[in-house]
Parts: sequence; structure tokens; C-alpha cells
Amino acid sequence: MRDFSYARAGSRAEALDLGQADDAAFLAGGTELINWMRIGINAPARVIDLARVEGLDAVEEIEGGVRIGALARLNDVAQNPLIAEGYPVLSHAILRAASAQIRNLATIGGNPVQRVRCPYFRANEGAPCNKREPGSGCAALNGIHDRHAIFGWTEDCVAVHPADPPVALAALDAVIVTDHPEGGRLIPVREFHVLPSQNPAWHDVLRAGELIVGIELPAPAPRSAYLKIRERESYEYATVSAAAALEMDGGVIRRARVALGSVAMRPWRLVAAEARLAGLAPDAPEVADAIDASFAEARPLSGTEWKVRLARNAARRVIELAAEA
Amino acid sequence: MKITSPKVSRRSLLRGSAAAAAASLAHARQVSAQNAPEESAFEAWIDLRLTVNGQAHALTVEPRVTLLDALRERMQLTGTKKGCNRGECGACTVLMDGRRVNSCLVLAASAEGRKITTIEGLADGDTPHPVQRAFAEADAFQCGFCTSGQIMSAMACIEEGHTGSPEEIREWMSGNLCRCSAYPQITAAVAAAAEELG
Repeated sequence: MRDFSYARAGSRAEALDLGQADDAAFLAGGTELINWMRIGINAPARVIDLARVEGLDAVEEIEGGVRIGALARLNDVAQNPLIAEGYPVLSHAILRAASAQIRNLATIGGNPVQRVRCPYFRANEGAPCNKREPGSGCAALNGIHDRHAIFGWTEDCVAVHPADPPVALAALDAVIVTDHPEGGRLIPVREFHVLPSQNPAWHDVLRAGELIVGIELPAPAPRSAYLKIRERESYEYATVSAAAALEMDGGVIRRARVALGSVAMRPWRLVAAEARLAGLAPDAPEVADAIDASFAEARPLSGTEWKVRLARNAARRVIELAAEA
Repeated sequence: MKITSPKVSRRSLLRGSAAAAAASLAHARQVSAQNAPEESAFEAWIDLRLTVNGQAHALTVEPRVTLLDALRERMQLTGTKKGCNRGECGACTVLMDGRRVNSCLVLAASAEGRKITTIEGLADGDTPHPVQRAFAEADAFQCGFCTSGQIMSAMACIEEGHTGSPEEIREWMSGNLCRCSAYPQITAAVAAAAEELG
């Protein structure tokens, strides 16, 4: 790991001030940044440690929803009663991510900034990758890509975003709150990650020196669930995941929000399906047809055809799970 | 402008007389002050006090030194193992303020002010901790490389109350890999220790 110089921010204001230094990176939980520096994905000259910043780790009710401080640890978010009872989809997504140890370090604000797990992106050296070296090409397009995209890819990048919590957050229409010396922003989670058609080199829309300070959830979604399909039962990234939040009228869906994970460079909301799900019972045969409406735009790679059926079935099952929640 | 590290050999640092460490630190601050006076908040060497197993340790480190490397190479606490050094295997698990973390994913500098507990901190003299004894009695290891991480993780797993069933234990111990695949015995050891500790 290339060495760097280090500063501890004592407050949010100090963090923003330090963040104006050239070639600086914020350190929150460290579970990603420290590995990026080891592999060479990122080699900042300066690191700003946020561990001493106070007041950014609360989970609290706000008007119409809940606000989670960016520095709240994943385990603390998942096991907070406001989240576990009001937003089971988020609690489940977090508890199926990584391991108990990693979730004690990783923060809810740092998690969406996680980078792709494409083996060419994570390689120590050598492979063409437009996210590692813009303009160098995409080795995965005609290489090993059986865990890659079925939606929204281009020939410049076929990777998927791997994180679980953003899939739940996208289904909940959560908003990422940022701060920056020139002004903060409210960024819908659904627009936080950057598709390769927008810019294959980028992961997300954060600017230099911009700090995620919180995540805001709209009204509670007690009828919600998360389903993670993976090659082993625990401590593994998803091959496909699905999140659903339902509002019901008796036994019939009034409103459905459904997002898929690990199928694209961002959580993929099934917008066309959602419109068709209203008025259906969660276990009605027509649910499959409604979901198919969103798969008209699926475009698998030669190695990801198997994921189409998996994703379609995961969407159908997560709707039933959410209805039972 | 990049702050450069002072020219100090690793060996002289490792020998680390207090005077040498202090001199190198002074040099580092001088370099950083000359190169980037407006960014004196950023340090190229850090004086740390770490509390490990109730004992205070003073050390001077480069910022990139992890808690794992500080424990093993600076404090000679080699019971904590370096497996993957990527947060994937759990062999480096320690308790930080009572919570289990991968020490390879924590900078030593970030651990200042936290209470660190390692495998060396569990036994009471020659009497092993009940969790250590449970691992021995259940034959919960073969080569033993992952064991200190398994035991530290088990300490937290029991404290958290995630031992209600073998399935729950396996889920909450999944961050600790065992290449000898002693998982059934590890699960049994955690269950036995949880019962004993009530």
C-alpha cells in the first residue's frame, strides 16, 4: 500500500474543510477504502478519518419517515427497532450482506460507495477495464462475465453494482443526503449510481470533497422483504437479489415497488411491472406476466442468460414474501 | 502537493529507541510543514497510544499501518493471525470496544482510544477462558490457524446472543473461514460455551 498522510476530522465541518485538500479520501468504516489502497484501485495522498466525527450515527424519526446518520454501522442500522419493524426490507438486506465483523465496521453511508466486484476491475494489474483505466476497454465483455449484467450495460462496461442495502433503499425510494463546502444535495438512491451509458468510468455521482451525511427513508414499509440468491448460504455476494415494498388493500396490491440487485450497475426498479401489479393478489398467476413486462428490456450477455430466469423468479417470490411480512 | 515520508529505514524504526522515533517524527513534521503549511492537519507519522488487553502501548506509525500489523509486528501480539489481509477470512478478528472487527480493515490510527481485546487477553493466568476450553474440548480445529479469530468471533457471537440454534450460530460465525472445515465442531463449541456462560 502506498503511504498517505492522515488527519482526523473532529466534526462534520472540519471533515468538509479537510476534504478540500487535493487527492484526499474520506475514511469511514474502512472495509472498502483500505482494500482499494492495497490493490491499487485508489491511492489517495491524504486520508481523512471520520471516526471521531460525532452526531452522524443516529437512527431517528423525522416527519414522514426515518433519517439514518451516514456513520451508523450496518449492524446497528439493521437491528434498530425503527428499521427492523418499519423497514424489514432494509434490515434483511443488511443482515444478508458481508459478515458480522464487517457489518460492525461498515457504515450505511459508505456502503453505496462500494465499487464493482468484476474480477478485471479488482485484478492487481494488467486487465483492460474502463473503470480502472478509462479508455482501456472492457475485458469482461468477451471474458469471464457470468456474474455480470442483464440490464443497462454497454460495450464499455458490463459490471453490476454488488451491494445489498442500496437495492432495498431503491425499493423504498430513499434519498442520500450529502454535504459539500459549496452546498449539499438530496440524491435519490435510484439515481446515485452511474450507468455505463452515462459514464463507464464512474461508479456514482459524488463530487470530489462531497460527503454523504445521511440517508432519509420515506414512510415506513412494514410489508416489505428482501431475497438474496447466492452460491452459498452466507457471507457471499448475490448472483441476483430482489427487494419489494407493498401497500395492500385487503388481499390485493394497491402499490408495489420492486427492485433487483446485481443485475445492472445500479439497483434496477421494475417500473413497468409495478404499474401492472396494482390490483393483483400477490400470488395471482398474472404476477408473472406483470414482471415479464419489465424483462422486455433484459439483454443478457452470453454468460448471463441464466440470470434472467433467476431474476424473474426472484422478483415473483419477493412479492409473495413481502405480502406475508 | 504530496507530503513525503521521511527517509527512515524500517529496521531503525523497528529497533525503535524512543529517541530515534522522536527524531524521525520531528523530521516528518518538518517535511510536511515545508511542503504544505496550509495542510498541517495531515500527518505523515502518527504518535499513538493503543490500549490492548488493558495495557497501554505507545508507538509511532506510518498512517498505512493496520491494527493487525501493529499488534503483530509492533507489540509482538502474534496470536492474532494474518490470513487474507483483505477482510475475507476472519483470522484477524479482535474485539474493539467489545465488538468484533477484522483488524486488517482498521488503521492502527483509527483504533486510538478504543479498548482492544485479542486472544492473548482471554485467559486468566494459566486458566483458559471458557470459550477457549470449549474449542479444545469440542476438537474445534485441525491446523489451528483460524482458531484465534474463531474464538474472538465466538466471544462476540455469544455476547450478542446469536446462539439460539446451530443455524443461527453458523450464520453469525460465517465471517470466519476454516480451510480444515471444522465447522460442525466449531458450531458445537460455540453452543457449549454459550450454555456454560449462560
